[in-house]
Amino acid sequence: MSEENMKPMEEVVLPPAGSLLLSSSPHVHQGESITTIMLKVLICLIPAIVASICMFGLNAVLVLLYCTAFCAVFEYLCNFLMKQPQTVKYLSAVLTGVILAMNLPATVPWWICLVGSFVAIIIAKQIFGGLGQNPFNPAAVARVALLIGFAGPMTTWVTPMQGFAATSDFTTGATPLGTAQMASGTEISLTTFEKLESTDALMQSFIGNIGGSLGETSALAILLGGIGLIVFRLIKWQIPFAIIGTTMLFTWLVNTVDPTLTPGALFHVCSGGLMLGAFFMATDMVTSPITHRGALIYGAMIGLITCVIRIWGAYPDGVSFAIVIMNALVPLIDRICYKRPFGWSPASASALQMRRNEVK
Amino acid sequence: MYSDNPRKFIGGVHPDDGKALSCEKPIRVAPLLEKYVVPVPQNIGKPPKVIVNKGDLVKKGQLIADADGFVSVPLHSPTSGTVGETVLIPGAVGTMIPAIEIISDGQDEWGSALEPIPDWKNTDREILKKRICDAGIIGMGGAAFPSHVKLSPPPEKVIDTLILNGAECEPYLTADHRLMLEHPNCVLEGAAIAAKILKVDRVFVGIEENKQNAIDAMKERAGKYGIKIVPLRVRYPQGAEKQLIMAITGRHVVAGGLPMDVGCVVQNVGTCAAIRAAVVEGHPLIERMTTITGSPVKDPCTWQLRIGTPVAEALKLAGGIVAPAAKLILGGPMMGFAQATLDGSVAKNSSGILLLQAEETGQYTSNPCIRCGRCVDACPMRLLPGPISVLVESEKYDQAEQAFVMDCVECGACSYVCPANRPLIQHFRRAKAEINALRRAGKK
Ligand code: SF4
Ligand code: SF4
Repeated sequence: MSEENMKPMEEVVLPPAGSLLLSSSPHVHQGESITTIMLKVLICLIPAIVASICMFGLNAVLVLLYCTAFCAVFEYLCNFLMKQPQTVKYLSAVLTGVILAMNLPATVPWWICLVGSFVAIIIAKQIFGGLGQNPFNPAAVARVALLIGFAGPMTTWVTPMQGFAATSDFTTGATPLGTAQMASGTEISLTTFEKLESTDALMQSFIGNIGGSLGETSALAILLGGIGLIVFRLIKWQIPFAIIGTTMLFTWLVNTVDPTLTPGALFHVCSGGLMLGAFFMATDMVTSPITHRGALIYGAMIGLITCVIRIWGAYPDGVSFAIVIMNALVPLIDRICYKRPFGWSPASASALQMRRNEVK
Repeated sequence: MYSDNPRKFIGGVHPDDGKALSCEKPIRVAPLLEKYVVPVPQNIGKPPKVIVNKGDLVKKGQLIADADGFVSVPLHSPTSGTVGETVLIPGAVGTMIPAIEIISDGQDEWGSALEPIPDWKNTDREILKKRICDAGIIGMGGAAFPSHVKLSPPPEKVIDTLILNGAECEPYLTADHRLMLEHPNCVLEGAAIAAKILKVDRVFVGIEENKQNAIDAMKERAGKYGIKIVPLRVRYPQGAEKQLIMAITGRHVVAGGLPMDVGCVVQNVGTCAAIRAAVVEGHPLIERMTTITGSPVKDPCTWQLRIGTPVAEALKLAGGIVAPAAKLILGGPMMGFAQATLDGSVAKNSSGILLLQAEETGQYTSNPCIRCGRCVDACPMRLLPGPISVLVESEKYDQAEQAFVMDCVECGACSYVCPANRPLIQHFRRAKAEINALRRAGKK
């Protein structure tokens, strides 16, 4: 140490002039970017992806690949043609693709994937201005459009666990929701519902051994990913909480009042796209309210509309419809649920207004 | 009103604090330099009037610029020597400001016109207040607001609480921490003087819990002065005035209001130490604690620097850099000001000189808001930064005003978390400037 001190002072280096950056505060950043957020959501989708591949085999892989590839390519092309900065790197289109695939039956032909991706990326997103500007959830819009336009292939639900059999060999069957809708109000309703609501049947639909689209079969896989979303703070927990809560409450009420109309709460939560919609579609940041209070209202309304469509509507399932409808109301919800700033009080607000008027 | 469990404000962030670089190291007193460059406009309000000419001989602590009006404080020579040129140097915010050169004569001889008042307890409050003004004391936490003005609330405001801000929530800075740890008595006595001026007996010191040793040191001695130490949750911006008052007293300063509206006056701990030096020792404010830190700095440490120390000299004291620095910041990383050159000087409110490497700081391009809501959760003022920034981008200033953009305290928490790297603060500064301009135009 002392020897070191004896040495002549080393020359002190200072930052060379002109090398310093100028910018406004803050000078540090948390490090999270749009890409990392989207990547994390994709990671949370892994359980659902794995489950769907286990159920539907190669067909699921193909649908997933088609949708993600088409979505990414459409976004790239659109940006390219419109001479806009490329946004594919944010992975938002990839995420849309995966979620869209989750909404399709495993047997859909490739061109349905193409049309779906076109609707999702071009019509629902890029036309509105691209990332961050779209009022409607792209995947939900695509699902709704496909459901209306191509009812046939979109409602051909194959029974899972048929592994890697060729498409033509799939046996198709109605989803539990379809069965329930068909039986609703008829004399066989009670027996049908009883069958649907048996512990065994509920267990099957919770784990995923039922007909449905890729992401609809296994409520368990979606739930796993959903917990990840909440733990990593990628979504507002209020949204799935409100959707599932309202659905359970409402279907329980209806079922209690008139048991022939619809099965009970647990059946509704486990079947159809409710879990997928609640955790992965309704929670899309761009198209959901920005405040927590707004998220609760939004979620509750989605739950309610879903139930109404399921019970009285023309379609067996209504999650995507409900999401698209509520997407349209998000600006309104945001308006109602603005937050009062720190220190806000009626007195302060009027005092402030007075001062403003004075100044004016 | 007071509870031992300070309240939590909603929002805030928890950045990497980087304080470990310098928080263990004792304060070092800077050696005398050959030349000081003292910026003239330092306080908020009117800059003082220079009263010395080139070639004048000055003593340490001698008046070199006199207060000009009520919201203005005088300036004193950091050492004894000769007055040099009046030069233009970059001020913290980037505009060029006049500064007086003082060429040291090496004697460092005191020549302060201020008499010590050791018996301040039996001294008239007005005399003490005048002394604080004469000593040139301003808010040393960063605000640079003249302290005697803060200590002279209008008679209709009833003040019952004095709060010392020792939160030091800015990452990297440890100047207040070391000051409270090494000179707790100075801080506490200064607080007692300020309390006497305000005629209050409720005095609190808010300190973030990550400075346990400072809390202990202060607690040990605080009883003597009847002062309470309040450990605060570690969360940025805990040291923002309104959040601090809320945490300690539970009172909410209304939007657009001042701390005195809820009976509080907030002073930085460094300011209190300066008040004590001015009153008890008769020393004007010519020195302060400044943390010179950052990963490129060879020897990060808190220094006792003279006001007017050129930034380049200060960096030399710390041994210069050992890694390339991308940014030089006066203040902390959340609210400090980036500097383009090393030509600036340490001012009365320079709590830190921080260097950051390129990978620690960033150059970002703004992306569209994806409405993730992170900024909403982070904003301590409970605003909606994302949506407001979109309004500002489309120049809808009236709507931005209705969305309370004027309540933004520019703490930077929103920009810190935004995954789209939106320059939120810049948008809000722009909106505020535009709205203020509109209001002024409307007034005429
Ligand atoms: S800079 Fe303004 S808007 Fe952003 S978090 Fe701070 S107070 Fe809120
Ligand atoms: S953090 Fe950024 S991207 Fe997220 S809502 Fe706020 S401004 Fe928008």
